[in-house]
Amino acid sequence: MAKQKLKEHRINREWCKGCGICVEFCPKKVLELDRQGKAVAARLEDCIACRMCEIRCPDLAIEVETEAQSEE
Amino acid sequence: MAIKDYLRERFLPHIWCPGCGHGIVLNSLIRAVEQLGMSKNEIVMVSGIGCSSRISGYVDFHTLHTIHGRALAFATGVKMSKPELNVIVPMGDGDALSIGGNHFIHAARRNIGMTAIVMNNRIYGMTGGQYSPLSGTGTRATTAPYLNVDQAFDVAELAKASGATFVARSTTYHANQMTDIIKQAIVHEGFSVVEVLSQCPTYFGRKNKMGGAVEMMNWYKDHTVPVGSPKKKKDPTLIERGIFVQKDLPEYCSEYDKIIQRAQKQKEND
Amino acid sequence: MGSAIKFVQGNEACVEGALYAGLDFYAGYPITPSTEVAELLSERLPVKGGKFIQMEDEIASICAIIGASLTGHKVMTATSGPGFSLMQEALGYAVMAEIPCVIVNVQRGGPSTGNPTHVSQGDVMQCRWGTHGDHAIVALTASNHQDVFRMTVEAFNIAETYRTPVVLLFDEVVGHMREKLVLPAPGNIPLVERLRTSVRAGVDYHPYLPREDGRLPMSDFGDVHRFNVTGLYHDMWGFPSDKPDVVYGLLRHLVDKIENNGHQMAHYKAHYLEDARDVLISYGAAARSALHTVINLRNRGQRIGLLELQTLWPFPKQVIQEYTHRARLIGVVELNMGQVAGMVRASIDNPERVALINRIDGVLISARDIKSTLRIIQGRGV
Repeated sequence: MAKQKLKEHRINREWCKGCGICVEFCPKKVLELDRQGKAVAARLEDCIACRMCEIRCPDLAIEVETEAQSEE
Repeated sequence: MAIKDYLRERFLPHIWCPGCGHGIVLNSLIRAVEQLGMSKNEIVMVSGIGCSSRISGYVDFHTLHTIHGRALAFATGVKMSKPELNVIVPMGDGDALSIGGNHFIHAARRNIGMTAIVMNNRIYGMTGGQYSPLSGTGTRATTAPYLNVDQAFDVAELAKASGATFVARSTTYHANQMTDIIKQAIVHEGFSVVEVLSQCPTYFGRKNKMGGAVEMMNWYKDHTVPVGSPKKKKDPTLIERGIFVQKDLPEYCSEYDKIIQRAQKQKEND
Repeated sequence: MGSAIKFVQGNEACVEGALYAGLDFYAGYPITPSTEVAELLSERLPVKGGKFIQMEDEIASICAIIGASLTGHKVMTATSGPGFSLMQEALGYAVMAEIPCVIVNVQRGGPSTGNPTHVSQGDVMQCRWGTHGDHAIVALTASNHQDVFRMTVEAFNIAETYRTPVVLLFDEVVGHMREKLVLPAPGNIPLVERLRTSVRAGVDYHPYLPREDGRLPMSDFGDVHRFNVTGLYHDMWGFPSDKPDVVYGLLRHLVDKIENNGHQMAHYKAHYLEDARDVLISYGAAARSALHTVINLRNRGQRIGLLELQTLWPFPKQVIQEYTHRARLIGVVELNMGQVAGMVRASIDNPERVALINRIDGVLISARDIKSTLRIIQGRGV
């Protein structure tokens, strides 16, 4: 299986309702809620592109774009 | 195709509350459709009334938003009249199993090819938080201010007893499993039932002091186990997740095609 | 193929009319005195490749036919009073979402279980106002099997022309009695086919935008246009809206498309009305007796005629005004407590001319009943 490398992490602030699900369930604590109560990727360098934030977002506000990287 | 291609983007952000599990169901559902490579024109989504049933407005398929409890009856007409369509029927727990209970039983009994997704948040959300047949004893709701004495029942057992040939359950915490199960449910030829435990933080969560969306999803993580897990024997209150029934039996529309053949043959012989 | 002349029940005449009109999907639930419609169609539909399904109840039946209409089929269900009561919510849905379908109500004694095997015409007002909210309704009826056939075809035609449900209000006597029916050759009666949009794939299709001629082109589920159908107030695209101007426009459209075209749908038969001083107004089984009465009394020199209504809703006010303005006595003959009589009174000048001549005990009113009542009204005793 090719390891995924993060290319871009996009959060649609119009759609995000600040529920905090992505923040809580990120295995690397990349995300947090900003002062407007919207999700932001505060520590993108730690992101392992597992996509759980994108997959669990009820607002479909997150898009995780990856560059597939072969292990060989 | 990207996920967003399956959405009617101009209607988002959706009407659901922050943290509502139904948004995760929408997310998993369109991922399932994308992974199956389905064409948008072959899908008809038929929903009822309630927060769950609003899902049909957000997807770019043929969508039919019907009346409370009757989605499966409308869907039966759609499917039977045009069996090549792929019919998906998302409903709430009250919509599918309270007012819609009768239609649920008979759609399952007929084993008609469609996928029923019961978005079970154990409450009537749209009308402000009344208890549903799935709320269970001891819960609080706007129409159960002194705690509920109504028993709930097991949706999967009901589906199984009624004759559904694919029966599965997942939760909004287990979003990847949900996508996988929905895929299998759609591909299955026959009546598929997917129950998804979905959080309503605004009413069920708040009234029953279960915290917010995050706490409720953690509850799904801690209180569910895979089908057949030995942990269930030790703690019967645990809820099983996974596929309960997956069998191959004659699907209703193809059986009716045989009736057409019989009728036409009989007419020839007359 | 068989003879073009049959000796059948009214229910069968309805089935023949529906098949002639192109019915190919039926969902229903058994209920006396309509059950023969379902039984006959369970046999006839698959022979022509159509589909029949017996649903779990009447609500499921009307919901299923609405679903099947959306995939492009001509659809019908049949029931009687108690089932018709159950169908009201979904009937309103078909009105709101503008979905062509035909609902047959073979009326029986009511309210409630009443008497399944005895006649009444008690559902006329329910048909008009059974579903909630302001709306228009189209309802046709007939007193003999040839007209049952014709009105059934007409019901499908109106449903397609105006994108609306149409109710066929028959009754137990007409439904169950046997009479001659001449089957017209295909093509004899013009049919209105489903109007489909000519908007191409990729171009925005508005499911609820009328053409210049007022018709609303549809698109089948499964075809190239994806749109939403809902019972909520909605815009031209079928998406929910609560904007006051959208709601106003929608409701006016739903009502006006029917009410403003009432004259196109006002079917009736005029018997001996040219010089009539006394006019009977009747419909369905009661009209059979009313016609006997008129023929009988004409033979004795009385200038009496019968206006037989075949459209009950929208109520044919103009037709009634036209045929009653010179009448001194207007006798409304029906098998209920005056549901049409009340409408007649509200439609004309000098409504004191209207008398109700009725029977409500499950027995078909007879010519003798009508004649005695007329004599009593005229002060001449029986």
